[in-house]
Amino acid sequence: MYKRLGRYFPIFMMPILTAFIIAFAVPFLMGLYLSFCDFTTVTDARLTGLSNYKEAFGDDFTHALWYTALFSAASVITVNLFAFVLALLLTKGLKGTNIFRTVFFMPNLIGGIVLGYIWQIIINGILRYRGVDITYSEAYGFFGLLVLTNWQLIGYMMIIYVAGLQNIPNELREAAAIDGASRSMELRHITIPLIMPSITVCTFLTLTNTFKLFDQNLALTAGAPDRLSSLLALDIYNTFYASVGSEGVGQAKAVIFTVILAFIALLQLHVTARRERGNE
Amino acid sequence: MKRRITALLMIISLTVSLPITLASCRKKAENEIYFLNFKPEIADKYKDIAKVYEEETGVRVKISTAAANSYEQTLKSEIAKKKAPTIFQINGPVGYESWKNYCEDLRDTKLYSILSDKNLAITSGDGVYGIPYVIEGYGIICNTAKFDEYFALADRQKIINSFSEINTFAALETVVADMTAHISELSIDGVFASTSLSGGEDWRWQTHLANVPFYLEVTENNYNVGTTVSEITFEHNGVMKKMFDLYLNNSVTDRALLGSKSVADSMAEFALGQCAMVQNGNWAWAQIKGVSGNTVNEEDIRFLPLYTGTELDDTMGLCVGTENYICINKNASDEQKKMADDFLYWLFSSETGKKFVTEELEFLTPFSTFSDREIPGDPLALEVNRWINDPRSESIPWSFVAFPGTSFKTDFGGALLKYAQGTADWDNVVNTVKTRWKEEASKGKK
Amino acid sequence: MSKKNNALLTAALVLLAVIFIAPIAIVLMNSFKGQFFITDAPFALPNRQTFAGFENYINGIEKTGFIDAFVRSVFITVVSVFGILLFSSMAAWYIVRKNDVVSKVFYYALIFSMIVPFQMVMFTMSKTANTLGLENPVGITVLYLGFGAGLSVFMFTGFVRSIPIQLEEAASIDGCGPIRTFFSIIFPILKPTAITVSILNAMWIWNDYLLPYLVIGSEYRTIPVAVQYLQGGYGSRDMGALMAMLVLAIIPIVIFYLISQKQIIKGVIAGAVKG
Repeated sequence: MYKRLGRYFPIFMMPILTAFIIAFAVPFLMGLYLSFCDFTTVTDARLTGLSNYKEAFGDDFTHALWYTALFSAASVITVNLFAFVLALLLTKGLKGTNIFRTVFFMPNLIGGIVLGYIWQIIINGILRYRGVDITYSEAYGFFGLLVLTNWQLIGYMMIIYVAGLQNIPNELREAAAIDGASRSMELRHITIPLIMPSITVCTFLTLTNTFKLFDQNLALTAGAPDRLSSLLALDIYNTFYASVGSEGVGQAKAVIFTVILAFIALLQLHVTARRERGNE
Repeated sequence: MKRRITALLMIISLTVSLPITLASCRKKAENEIYFLNFKPEIADKYKDIAKVYEEETGVRVKISTAAANSYEQTLKSEIAKKKAPTIFQINGPVGYESWKNYCEDLRDTKLYSILSDKNLAITSGDGVYGIPYVIEGYGIICNTAKFDEYFALADRQKIINSFSEINTFAALETVVADMTAHISELSIDGVFASTSLSGGEDWRWQTHLANVPFYLEVTENNYNVGTTVSEITFEHNGVMKKMFDLYLNNSVTDRALLGSKSVADSMAEFALGQCAMVQNGNWAWAQIKGVSGNTVNEEDIRFLPLYTGTELDDTMGLCVGTENYICINKNASDEQKKMADDFLYWLFSSETGKKFVTEELEFLTPFSTFSDREIPGDPLALEVNRWINDPRSESIPWSFVAFPGTSFKTDFGGALLKYAQGTADWDNVVNTVKTRWKEEASKGKK
Repeated sequence: MSKKNNALLTAALVLLAVIFIAPIAIVLMNSFKGQFFITDAPFALPNRQTFAGFENYINGIEKTGFIDAFVRSVFITVVSVFGILLFSSMAAWYIVRKNDVVSKVFYYALIFSMIVPFQMVMFTMSKTANTLGLENPVGITVLYLGFGAGLSVFMFTGFVRSIPIQLEEAASIDGCGPIRTFFSIIFPILKPTAITVSILNAMWIWNDYLLPYLVIGSEYRTIPVAVQYLQGGYGSRDMGALMAMLVLAIIPIVIFYLISQKQIIKGVIAGAVKG
């Protein structure tokens, strides 16, 4: 119907297109190119082929990769478990459900830097009883990040599960109860299959959130001890900014990081698509 | 209703914040120079100076300060910008190597003309590229009130009998060990303040304390610290370990908990009389004085050198030097360069400027415009002055300015933390220093 | 379900809620203690020796320039969110209705940008922003527009696709051009999505640290940058000021949350399910 809509391109598209090109497209392509270069500022780049990528897989990066993968896995399991249990409790029609929901969700709104310092003081306070602090070992840093992430994300995931649970038709449950199904059977055969979409969403949300975690990491441990508690994003940041001369390696690490996240996104797409096909 | 309130709030906040924010960006311009300051503890004082200077001359000096331990990194990103710093600083010859493309020749500046000892400047060929603007000294700051209490004890050791006899490492060690045995009588929690080792708070050890063994190595091997030393043996690391152990084992804080301690914590412990000694430089006076509930009297403050337990102790003075050399950006416009020189000359030669320097910044300066009486009146500066002028002692120069880069220092500090916590041994510190030095030094050359 | 069971469950939930609030309460408590009494005994209540009144708040506000940072954060967040709302909804409608190759390519590029982590572009983007003179609180909103475009356009297009085209046909028969049609018919219908989009973007921009730190941090600090700057930015860390600033950083968020809780929760669900 809008035959001459094209004429309005400058009005409807130009603002966002310009901003997108400045903020994302150009920097992205430049970054991609620079990952094959040796450079300290953008203007003095010199092509060096794949050497940045070879250098990228040093001890620090490999360690950060494993540390992040483990941290993400642990977060996915704990966050979703707690969030799901809380969601079950909050859909039972107990008194004060709204207040609880409000409280549990709130940490999610607080920024990463602030969250990191809140937990630094708490965790150091607890570890004092063992005569150490969070810089003592990367295991404490791991534990700290895990607790922090749980605190931040449980409420968020809980809300999504609550929405999922509320969508389950009551008749199904009633029918199950009439058929003499036990509580655990109901959970296993009705509730869980029906909220699978929520489970997928929450799993991937936790996965990408924890993989990209930066602010919390910077504020809580800043990598101590000895950069061992650095997650991927912090490791990349430090490669760029903490020393002169390794910007190319930092950019190469960032490209690898992008590939990992793209893979996770594709996986999510695949899982969701397969389920939707299954439903048809 | 609620929606309306939200909308209203948004509109109000927008109308209030828009003009303010716009106003703050509009102040661009011609009559402006940009000074990237290195010393965070006096950032606010520079702002006061800039305000006065703007009132006097109409030239705006924009002051920006890098967070502790991140000057190089901040300079790196700032200098690449369109509005790059006009005045910045380098930490010595190694810093000059990295930043020489940005250092203007200062031979003909007014600032250089007032430098009393021209040998102190950083030169290359005929050119002058960095001018020191402050002379600083560091060692162990002592509260002699605590020592007086200690020497008055009946059951103390009888080998060292007064504060003035503490003039070797052995003497210091004897007194410290015995003081630790008497901490309850002295009402202190430890002889030394906490060895602060949290990130960014560990520079007193990975540069200042490490200076002593490095200085020994430099003099023995005739390293040219004016260029990048490609490799070191760190053979005198034992000197550092002895002192570091002394700090850790006689401290206010258990060694495993040092990873969350900051410099401010240590200085507060000293100021509150919880310990008798703390290693730091004369710049720390403002911090000590600023602690509320401060119990330290000015007349009780003394400096001791960082004794080594070697022959050096006989003549050893404080570590005196500077890692603060001022540079003017070569790529700035000629007017800006001129304005930068004018500002610096004003700061270090006009009556108003000099008053700021001695009373607010509390600098001992190397400029001929300052008379012998125009020095900061704080006890630490006076102590530094006393040690410099003591004919029996010789100051130790700041050789650590040859350390390669921030990330070397960060890793050095990390290794010290692990050693303190007991999760790695001293060999790890030594190895970290040697290997990271080599890596960073080779990177600088590339 | 028996009453006794319910009481037990409620008790458990109350306990959990207390645990959830405890960290904030502890920070609040410590913000009234002298800076040297925090690290050593974070769980001790202030007493006569350690109580510092509002000293930490005064100190921290002065040191960090908190008021300026607050105004700046509000400005950047509000302007960016308005920009994102307006321009992404326009672009979304255009993409759906025009549906040509250019729009499609742009649409997929936007989707792709959602996947890419900030670290990939942080260095080059800071440089681009510098070259174009965007390093000020106004310029940074352009960057937020570019970065927020992905999710926002994605959400708006999802909604626009569900709008029956007949609505617009009627208008165009009445002689309305695309601009009037969009603003008088489409834009009002988009409201539910617009609320979601603004909440998601506001949360992100308000709390964002790295982008403002890299782009405008040396001159203009937002709240997260000011908080982080307390670490080493003033010679040494002041725990008291840090605690006070944490409290001040949380207060506006809590107020905003309590006022518009329903919208926030709805928005977050919508964002999660689509994103």
